[in-house]
Amino acid sequence: MAAKTQRIEITLETLLESVDLAEVIVMRIAEAAGFSEEDIHKMGMAVREGVINAYNYGNQQIRDKKIFMTVELEPDKMIVRVLDQGKGFELTEVPDPLAEENLLRTSGRGLFLMRAFMDEFNVHTAPGGGAELVMVKKLPEPVSGNGS
Amino acid sequence: MALQGTCREINDVAIIDFSGKITLGEGSSTLRRTIKELIDKGHRKIVLNLYDVDYIDSSGIGELVSGYTTVRNAEGELKLLHLTKRVHDLLQITRLFTVFDVQSDEETALRSFR
Repeated sequence: MAAKTQRIEITLETLLESVDLAEVIVMRIAEAAGFSEEDIHKMGMAVREGVINAYNYGNQQIRDKKIFMTVELEPDKMIVRVLDQGKGFELTEVPDPLAEENLLRTSGRGLFLMRAFMDEFNVHTAPGGGAELVMVKKLPEPVSGNGS
Repeated sequence: MALQGTCREINDVAIIDFSGKITLGEGSSTLRRTIKELIDKGHRKIVLNLYDVDYIDSSGIGELVSGYTTVRNAEGELKLLHLTKRVHDLLQITRLFTVFDVQSDEETALRSFR
């Protein structure tokens, strides 16, 4: 029988506390899924940055807005989506934080860090508006034992 | 654990021993406030000892950058000491390792001020 995808949907308030909460939730799921300690840390950080982005830039810290997080666990990977209720944005519009002229900027590294910590990362503008960050971490392939 | 810092002075160098996380919210605010207070008190040689800081997010990194700029604009010097591997790797991938003066031992850090 084919392994099923498990899906968890969480609605977060636009509060600073939601950043920690989202990070902890994803780390617990990743741990249960069998990711390594280092990957769990990276996934936690990436989700943290995603929710910070939704809180600060997407929802502009507006209390009435929500942040929607979805975690999908497939046999070979975990997909986390973070959707805000803002206006959406294009990745190409975001300044490169590694460019010399941007190194001393005090913000703008969150997206870069998400891309660095996850195996795949993308940004969509959701049909109803809002930016949806999609990040994927692949589970390591199981090591097959030597049967002899 | 929320960021906490204790200050000690060796000659004219202020060394802040930090422990906890430098993250969005309280941690970043504590770092910002600490550096501002040091500058307001006239300190121009500052070492941030991050031996016990194992976690920093993009906001914390931004606050470190802001602190660096604040001290530099006051014609001072800011150095980082004893980075943990995770903080070290973050500063490296964000190219901030080329910006900050990172030291691995206190004595060398103290001698390195102009």
